[in-house]
Amino acid sequence: MAETTHPSGTGAHAAPGGDGASRRDFLYLATGAVGAVGVAAAAWPFIDSMNPAADTLALASIEVDLAPVAEGQAITVTWRGKPVFVRHRTAKEIEEAKAVNLAELRDPAPDDKRAQKPEWLVVVGVCTHLGCVPLGQKPTDPKGEYDGWFCPCHGSHYDTAGRIRKGPAPANLVVPQYAFLSDNRIRLG
Amino acid sequence: MAQAHASNFKNPVVKWIDSRLPIFTMMHHEYNEYPMPKNVNYLWAFGAIAGIMLVIMIATGLVLAMQYAANTTIAFDSVERIMRDVNYGWLLRYVHANGASFFFIAVYIHMFRGLYYGSYKAPRELLWIIGVVIFLLMMATAFMGYVLPWGQMSFWGATVITNLFSAFPLIGDPIVTWLWGGFSVDNPTLNRFFALHFLLPFVIFAVVILHTAALHVSGSNNPLGIDAKGPQDTVPFNPYVTIKDLFATVVFMIVFAVFVFFMPNYLGHPDNYIPANPLVTPAHIVPEWYFLPFYAILRAIPDKLGGVLAMFGAIAVLVILPWLDTSKVRSCKFRPIYRQFFWVLALDALVLGYAGSQPAEGTWLLIAQIGTAYYFFHFLILLPILGKLERPLPMPASISEPVLKGGGRIAAGAHAKPMEKA
Repeated sequence: MAETTHPSGTGAHAAPGGDGASRRDFLYLATGAVGAVGVAAAAWPFIDSMNPAADTLALASIEVDLAPVAEGQAITVTWRGKPVFVRHRTAKEIEEAKAVNLAELRDPAPDDKRAQKPEWLVVVGVCTHLGCVPLGQKPTDPKGEYDGWFCPCHGSHYDTAGRIRKGPAPANLVVPQYAFLSDNRIRLG
Repeated sequence: MAQAHASNFKNPVVKWIDSRLPIFTMMHHEYNEYPMPKNVNYLWAFGAIAGIMLVIMIATGLVLAMQYAANTTIAFDSVERIMRDVNYGWLLRYVHANGASFFFIAVYIHMFRGLYYGSYKAPRELLWIIGVVIFLLMMATAFMGYVLPWGQMSFWGATVITNLFSAFPLIGDPIVTWLWGGFSVDNPTLNRFFALHFLLPFVIFAVVILHTAALHVSGSNNPLGIDAKGPQDTVPFNPYVTIKDLFATVVFMIVFAVFVFFMPNYLGHPDNYIPANPLVTPAHIVPEWYFLPFYAILRAIPDKLGGVLAMFGAIAVLVILPWLDTSKVRSCKFRPIYRQFFWVLALDALVLGYAGSQPAEGTWLLIAQIGTAYYFFHFLILLPILGKLERPLPMPASISEPVLKGGGRIAAGAHAKPMEKA
């Protein structure tokens, strides 16, 4: 009643090691490797389906018309779910921004790195402390001690280039990726 | 002094866990060593295939649920967004929709295997009944899932099927209002169907665990319907059955892939790509193919309540099947008369299915009525009577005996008893 559970006589096979047990090891390893690739290939659609969908990605980039924004005015646009401040700076505000001694800044950045054209400042309106939306867009809003924006949550003050000057925020307001399509039109993102 | 389980594993981490919660011992016993009759054919693979389909349905359903919106104003559009905008959304949706069909294909083959080989007979009666419970849960899940895209068929199928309950006197209408959460199928209905559709697959999963547990108590059946007498009649589950099931699964997945990638809407109804309109009824309301035989039975009876009772009765007879069949022999292999009626039943199921797809009038209505009559005749009259009258074919002494000359007998002179019950 002796039944073998695996075939004998595989010794002549030119498998690594040359004997039956090693051939089995090789087969297990090869099958396991192919199986692992299969599992990864099967899992990818599930994982990737959670990445932003085409409609979300379509709104990843928006165009903003600057023509209606007069000097001294500011608008807030929604971009990727966040507010973006677009301020048409006055000559005085530009002057204030350029005159700052960089050594005094917590997060040093020269004004020409903050604005592509000096009269247009584009920054993400999210305080770098804990994420509130700073005040300063409306003429009636407090602008803080540096004429830029003031965050009411914990008292961060930003200047006319959106740089942190006073208060707990560690970094300047983020300048998003943007490009001028024409003198009066930018693409954000 | 608290006792720990004496674990046989060498790896210290595995041993530590196993001595406190013997899951490794359990997995080894149930899926490594488990003795499987060595003569099972590929029809035995469909239980495993069905289990794999359940996992696929839950996985795809979960990621679809992350993108779907269960509100009548946006449900249809949310499904189209999945198809067009979500990464691989089209694939996940088609796998889920066709997966439901293939889940039923696997389960129907699995059930017919049980009918042919007497897998519902003692001591597997409860195993069979648990299986019927799984079938019912699948039907409920599939029905509610089909409503979610909120197409014309979704809406009107929901309306027709929920209206069935109004057939019951006195309590019928309040029940229907309660099911709807309103005065017709509308947003409350859709919302609760989504919640229940999300829940039931996990209930199915739990009942499948009970189903497998019950199976492992009696051991698996085999095509001869004869109990395994010892290790000479069985093979360890791993590697023999794991590899056999894996191969069967691969073939099944190839067929599944043909539908998903080349004909993903073939099994569906085009009307479900029309957004639901409560003011316009489609010319022909039909459920998905896997419900068609029951739909035919429902419409075959001219009385409203009668039709509902017949449809539920068709599943109820499956529950009492172990007691309807009086034959002492399990497998149709040794039942030359009944075997032919088995094929008549199989044909009947297909005929009823087709009849369910046709308008319930004229010739097809008559055919549905004959089919319904045969269905109940088969279970309620034929099975009890034939079991007593039929003379079975002579059965071998054991599973191994017909294969190994002189092998498979434990004691010299042992003969197979005609009564093969534990």
